[in-house]
Amino acid sequence: MDDLLSEFLTETNENIGIVDASLVVLEQDPSDESQIDNIFRLVHTIKGTCGFLGLPRLEAVAHAGENVLGKIRDKELTVTADVVTIILEAMDIIKDILAVIEETEEEPEGDDADLIARLNEVAFGGAEEAPAEQPEEAKAESADGNVSEEELEAAFQAADGPDESPAEDLKPGEVSLDELEAAFNAAPGPDDIIAEKPAKAEKKKAKKEEKAAADGAPKESIANQSIRVNVEMLENLMTMVSELVLTRNQLLQMVRGMDDNEFTVPLQRLSHVTTELQEGLMKTRMQPIGNAWSKLPRIVRDLSHELEKKIDLVMNGAETELDRQVLELIKDPLTHMVRNSADHGLEQPADRVANGKKETGRIVLDAFHEGGHIIITITDDGRGLNSEKIKDKVIENGLATEAELDAMSTQQIQNFIMKPGFSTAEKVTNVSGRGVGMDVVRSNIEKIGGTIALTSEEGSGSTFTIKIPLTLAIVSALVVECCSERFAIPQTSVVELVRASMDKESVHTIEMINDSPVLRLRDHLLPLVHLNDILRLETAADEVADKSEVKGPEEFIVVTQVGDYTFGIVVDRVFDTEEIVVKPIAPILKNLSIFSGNTILGDGSVIMILDPNGIAAKSGEAVAGAEQTVNEEIDQSARLEDKIALLVFRAGGEEPKAVPLSLVARLEEIDVETIETADDKMVVQYRGQLMPLTTIDEGTELVSEGRQPVLVFSDQERTMGLVVDEIVDIVEDHLDVEMASKTDGFIGSAVIREKATDLIDVGYYLEKCFGGWFGAGDTAPYGEEGSRQKVLLVDDSPFFRNMLVPLLSTAGYDVSTADNGMSALELREHGKSFDIIISDIEMPEMDGFQFAEEVLGDERWQDTPIVALSSHTTPQDFDRGRKVGFTDYVAKFDRDSLMQTLSQTLRAGGSAK
Amino acid sequence: MSEENLQEYVTVTIADQLFGIPVLEVHDVLRNLSLTKIPLAPAEVAGALNLRGRIVTAIDVRKRLGLPALDEDMKGMSVVVEHHGEPYSLMIDNVGEVLSLNAEDMQQNPVTLDTRWRDVSAGIYRLDEKLLVVLQIERLLDFAGSSDIAA
Repeated sequence: MDDLLSEFLTETNENIGIVDASLVVLEQDPSDESQIDNIFRLVHTIKGTCGFLGLPRLEAVAHAGENVLGKIRDKELTVTADVVTIILEAMDIIKDILAVIEETEEEPEGDDADLIARLNEVAFGGAEEAPAEQPEEAKAESADGNVSEEELEAAFQAADGPDESPAEDLKPGEVSLDELEAAFNAAPGPDDIIAEKPAKAEKKKAKKEEKAAADGAPKESIANQSIRVNVEMLENLMTMVSELVLTRNQLLQMVRGMDDNEFTVPLQRLSHVTTELQEGLMKTRMQPIGNAWSKLPRIVRDLSHELEKKIDLVMNGAETELDRQVLELIKDPLTHMVRNSADHGLEQPADRVANGKKETGRIVLDAFHEGGHIIITITDDGRGLNSEKIKDKVIENGLATEAELDAMSTQQIQNFIMKPGFSTAEKVTNVSGRGVGMDVVRSNIEKIGGTIALTSEEGSGSTFTIKIPLTLAIVSALVVECCSERFAIPQTSVVELVRASMDKESVHTIEMINDSPVLRLRDHLLPLVHLNDILRLETAADEVADKSEVKGPEEFIVVTQVGDYTFGIVVDRVFDTEEIVVKPIAPILKNLSIFSGNTILGDGSVIMILDPNGIAAKSGEAVAGAEQTVNEEIDQSARLEDKIALLVFRAGGEEPKAVPLSLVARLEEIDVETIETADDKMVVQYRGQLMPLTTIDEGTELVSEGRQPVLVFSDQERTMGLVVDEIVDIVEDHLDVEMASKTDGFIGSAVIREKATDLIDVGYYLEKCFGGWFGAGDTAPYGEEGSRQKVLLVDDSPFFRNMLVPLLSTAGYDVSTADNGMSALELREHGKSFDIIISDIEMPEMDGFQFAEEVLGDERWQDTPIVALSSHTTPQDFDRGRKVGFTDYVAKFDRDSLMQTLSQTLRAGGSAK
Repeated sequence: MSEENLQEYVTVTIADQLFGIPVLEVHDVLRNLSLTKIPLAPAEVAGALNLRGRIVTAIDVRKRLGLPALDEDMKGMSVVVEHHGEPYSLMIDNVGEVLSLNAEDMQQNPVTLDTRWRDVSAGIYRLDEKLLVVLQIERLLDFAGSSDIAA
């Protein structure tokens, strides 16, 4: 296709997208003059460019649309829904024509006289004849003095190639020059493909500068920061980098087996550069999720007219970025869900008013990052899901029996709407109920390794939470062995690894209930599936195992989570984790739902990547039954107050020491020979970074050779290791700190497993290694220096108080404590005031919910934000917390989010004042 | 014999039978490489292998044709073909030579031929010493379960 034409198509499509969105905004706020100016300018540009390229049909439609917009701009016409509708209609026609041009490079035959006449009717009240089929006339008009300059500029812009108005942000497929340059710089040497790019980039840049000079526009500097790159080229580069990563892994594997040799250093360098290149390139593929949302305002607007509902669409976090491949894949499911919310979720205005709600329904989209995932929530304040109706439908469609349903929780019943063969729509509307149901949405999301969860309360709305990986191209995977075949399991679904045995000696024993294997894991029963059964590998391997008589002494369980269902996969061996490039499985095998792809490992062999969703589905009915058991077990464990998992270890003496498991990022064994010294501190190279090591106290000696276990603590990009002598166990227990400690590095002593155990203060060791550990980034407390924010910490557990007080003080807060709600309220009686309150939920005498109600019920502390702190973070708790007036809800031990929540809440409160 | 009608075939033998694969479809000829098994895959799929960074699906042509497996002490060979942009490695016994044959000489499959064979054969050439069965790659890769495997 002609370069000029393809540029025109891309640009016009983008512009129409903007016009669509702006029109909807304008309709809501007709007084917004900047919107109308913007719309007018864009439509004018489209018209001008069409004339230049000789596309008379497009030009005529755009011209008629522009007339209407011109009248609005000149305030001769007021913005009404009808006016907006007809302009949108014109935009749709333009879109259709563009689509044909893209295919055939020819403007299609057709007659838009009717539309143009109607547009003119709106613009001139029918006084003027439709200039529809006389493009010459339109052209002639465009020669008119005061527009010609603009028109020329528009044409110039279209002709000049990759360009956009200077003030605009990066558009889809565009990459900031900095990022590209970083990627080039990271490239190890002149590679023909990579070398081609900077040259091209330079050329484009030069071209742009030329244009800037010719244009005489001083604002061009921003535009110079970005260039348009063909998406295909990025894809190719990505493939190439993926291959590079594989080759790098292969080399690393080869060198790993050898002692020191001359390859080690350059290879390490190559490894770093590859990682950087990969990360840089990943960034170029990132796009804001807003791109997938941009069409939604228009869709919702049309829906609200069609369904005669008033709908308010709120979009938060549109700037959250994710891989464009993932973005493409979730676009349709998201659109479908928003349509669903508008159609089924929200009630008719009259019903809403009757139920005491606002006439206008709300659909809220939120997006944010969490770990390597992006979380998207879609919330509506509509009628919620009717469990009874769902039950009827489930029985009607034979998905479950009445007895089974009675045993299920409301949430489980609600989740049926995402099962295949289910659709709640009573009547098939134009909008939904066309056979594409939530099950398709779910399977599409699961296909890309995501999960979708649903919470709904009848009468007050529903929330869908989608969790998807940021990128699909390169993932970290755990390599396991089963029947001498190796398989990869994506690390994102792996929760933990457990070593278990069939005999009774070990801590973890696989037990059988009616031939179904289960494992007691802490305080719940974990259903297990044997990978060899699932893959039907058993026959051959069992024979071998029988012969060698080694069957069963030891097995590894990969605890895997799919959605809210946790199960264990039993494998023979567990190898390393490896960064793998996921390659799609051959089409001939695409029906094997158990594999999500395959890849080539560092040693050059092909390995199949298991899909945990597929395994969960494959384990079939056994799983459906077990699912319930697990959920019940979890409910029970949630009821046990303040039980926390502790890692018990020995270091610097025989007596056991403990640390909350949730604070530990990983457990590692490090070869003492790899420990180096830098700045008088012990360091070790760990995952491409230097990790400082520390011992429990100064006097502790390391073993002189061999391996030493290390607890790894990690915070954002910094990681430190605490060297210990031995890792003893993980226990789940009530925590009662009976004696507070005066020694640095210890919080106090508690009885754990009937032994006096010292609890270590992780904060102390982090401080020791990094100094300003807590002072970094957005965890820094809000407020002027010197004016320390006052925090009230309400918690009945001395352990938490002991752990949090030093943490908060170090972070710069002024902390007061109270051991329950009553004593906190006493402080209020004494006239004390605080900037923020952090409160536990489970407390004797007065629990957190009551306390929050008390606080809000009295004007003295009414405005003080309260953050709930709890070990139970189910969405229900969350909702309840929000309802009684907690500003936010943070999981215990999640130091980062606590710090972040504190500073954000204070900041929000501060700016509101 | 007109030039345009000449077709070139790579000849391969499977259980002493001569087969022909259009030469333009052949990308590579391999000696046995280590295969990764693919559990749950149809029996005709022998596994996957790494061919210079590409993952190639290996097809056991003997299984496909309903022939017994090759003796373990015999080392087979493979011919790599591409189908819809995806590489497949066809495991055969041996690779012979390249023959130019006149398309007009190709004869229809005898009606008595086993259906499994008739399925994949485009026709038969009568060579001086042997008969040559022309393999249709597309049909060869379209076996029960290849497109619809019970999940």
